[in-house]
Amino acid sequence: MSILIDKNTRLVVSGITGREGSFHTAQMMEYGTNVVAGVTPGKGGQVFEADGQEVPVFDTIAEAVDETGANTSMIIVPARFAVDAIYEAADAGVDLIVCLTEYIPVMDMIGARAYLDAKGIRLLGPNCPGLLTPGQSKVGFIPGSIAMPGPVGVVSKSGTLTYEVIDALTRLGIGQTTCVGIGGDPINGTDFIDVLKLFEADPDTKHIVMIGEIGGNLEEQAAAFIKEHVSKPVTSFIAGRTAPPGRRMGHAGAIIEGKSGTAEGKIAALRDAGIPVADNPDDIARIVAERMGM
Amino acid sequence: MNLHEYQAKRLFAEHGVPIPNGEVARSEEEARQIAADLGGHVVVKAQVHTGGRGKAGGVKLAHSPEEAAAAAHQILGMDIKGLTVHQVLVDELAPGGIDQEIYLAVLIDRAKRRPMIMASAAGGMDIEQVAEETPEKIIKVHVDPFLGVKGYQSNYIAGKMGLPRELWRDFHKITSSLYSCFKANDASLTEINPLVITGEGKLMAVDGKMSIDDNSLFRLPAIVEMRDTSEEPEAEQKAREAGINFIKLDGNIGCMVNGAGLAMTTMDVTKLFGGAPANFLDIGGGAKAEQVATALRLILSDENVEAVLINIFGGITRGDEVAKGIIAALEQVKTDIPFVVRLAGTNAAEGMAILADAEMETAVTLSDAAQKAVALTKEAK
Repeated sequence: MSILIDKNTRLVVSGITGREGSFHTAQMMEYGTNVVAGVTPGKGGQVFEADGQEVPVFDTIAEAVDETGANTSMIIVPARFAVDAIYEAADAGVDLIVCLTEYIPVMDMIGARAYLDAKGIRLLGPNCPGLLTPGQSKVGFIPGSIAMPGPVGVVSKSGTLTYEVIDALTRLGIGQTTCVGIGGDPINGTDFIDVLKLFEADPDTKHIVMIGEIGGNLEEQAAAFIKEHVSKPVTSFIAGRTAPPGRRMGHAGAIIEGKSGTAEGKIAALRDAGIPVADNPDDIARIVAERMGM
Repeated sequence: MNLHEYQAKRLFAEHGVPIPNGEVARSEEEARQIAADLGGHVVVKAQVHTGGRGKAGGVKLAHSPEEAAAAAHQILGMDIKGLTVHQVLVDELAPGGIDQEIYLAVLIDRAKRRPMIMASAAGGMDIEQVAEETPEKIIKVHVDPFLGVKGYQSNYIAGKMGLPRELWRDFHKITSSLYSCFKANDASLTEINPLVITGEGKLMAVDGKMSIDDNSLFRLPAIVEMRDTSEEPEAEQKAREAGINFIKLDGNIGCMVNGAGLAMTTMDVTKLFGGAPANFLDIGGGAKAEQVATALRLILSDENVEAVLINIFGGITRGDEVAKGIIAALEQVKTDIPFVVRLAGTNAAEGMAILADAEMETAVTLSDAAQKAVALTKEAK
């Protein structure tokens, strides 16, 4: 089992003909993701080729869904077009929208999130690395080579830091059910609690790794949720202990505002909820191995 | 991106918020002339991107053009929290004096995913202090992004603050104007502190603060024109132009990392082993030679740097390609500063072998890399 994506995922990629879009679509197809359609306005009728397969390109997501039965949308278009693509995917009626695009204006995301909530459609991202279910499907940037199937669910705000942790788990022989990057923007779709609920309900997930960072209060909310509703062991890490207040640390949401959003506050909240928090990311995989009795 | 007080207030005024008459001066003579035009009774205010200007002596009252010139003389060139004052705002005093000071702001509430109006009858003070000591004095109302500010919401705030009823209509005009200014300019904050009730019984924004969402600058050419680069460290300015996320810190270990979360973590682990990071730097994906060279130049422009720690996770870009990029960059940027390089991920071992052949110090784990970088700074002493 897994969460959010698996062998039945039928993906439509908005931005498939772009430089980044075509590169990562090829990577996904090589990994085995079932990419059924691409969308680039004005390029409908073209064919995208990679990994010895042909993918039809449409002008709109609605046509792509009608013609191919796509159920998941991935958006990899420039920031100024990305919000439009989120609305388009929602109106086309996919089950899951994964938006990788960074630098979307915050107010645009506030509107889009309100719209998606009203329609009951799940968004992952924006500004996220996407997600990967080892051996089945990947949607986004996470390198397939570092993951393997197994019992650990990984959820994180970060990209490369998450890859480090997945890589370390795999090297210890600990595989993953699904690895999910929720992204580092101040307003996003799926948050830690949403993913924790899914991992809690997934019978194959036996252990959860949660990687947070400074800014906002999603980690504090997650700590309270885990204490009440998650029966599976959770191991955590928080990035940004040395970040100065008032500065955005790369991710738009990674900022200490006044006294809120500090690493200390998040670590304390997690530890209060009985969740081990590694001081050093090098220790995460080892802690998971120990707690799994390996 | 932060705006100066005078820029913020002009934008507020464009949307209908009443502000005092005033002009910006860059010299004593300009200040004198502006004060004379305004009738002599003015306040002269340093325009720098930091709070606490009053306490630092950057805000002075004047009751004649000569006094205004003298105030400008004192304030221009002054250092406030490390920032040099290059311009002052000369504003007329609130007509009839100030009867009451109110706090009013629009900002984003991340947890509720809505813009929020925050107000308090305890204006003129540091709002964080008010929030901490007397949270009951802060009133919060969320705004539906599709509806904007409704009259009943402004009335609720006005009632809670005990604002005189005859001012409620004007107060709604101000809250809705401040929100429309916030929305039209993709702000992350529009703040009036204080919004005053003048001796003549009118509401007026005598101070203003505004921050813009950097992600929206592509559609705000007029705001981009307002950027004051004189306060931005040169290296951060260059980084911004090169599309690299860079923040200068006080330590001596330069850090170059791909990905923001990993970059923060590299700083954290450096500190864990007794070192002090000199910067946050995220070079983004790929780590191509040109990108690495640009990042290196930024790091080495800081003369406090005694060692450089490079930590790259090779995912889709393989470790051997990253190693070749680093070596090519080091051929472009010659330096005596010692380096430690750690590669992880896909083809990390192959990449490390290439670096070892080039006689570079390498490390397998992040802990190992941080410890080696700390040791190098001690050797440098």
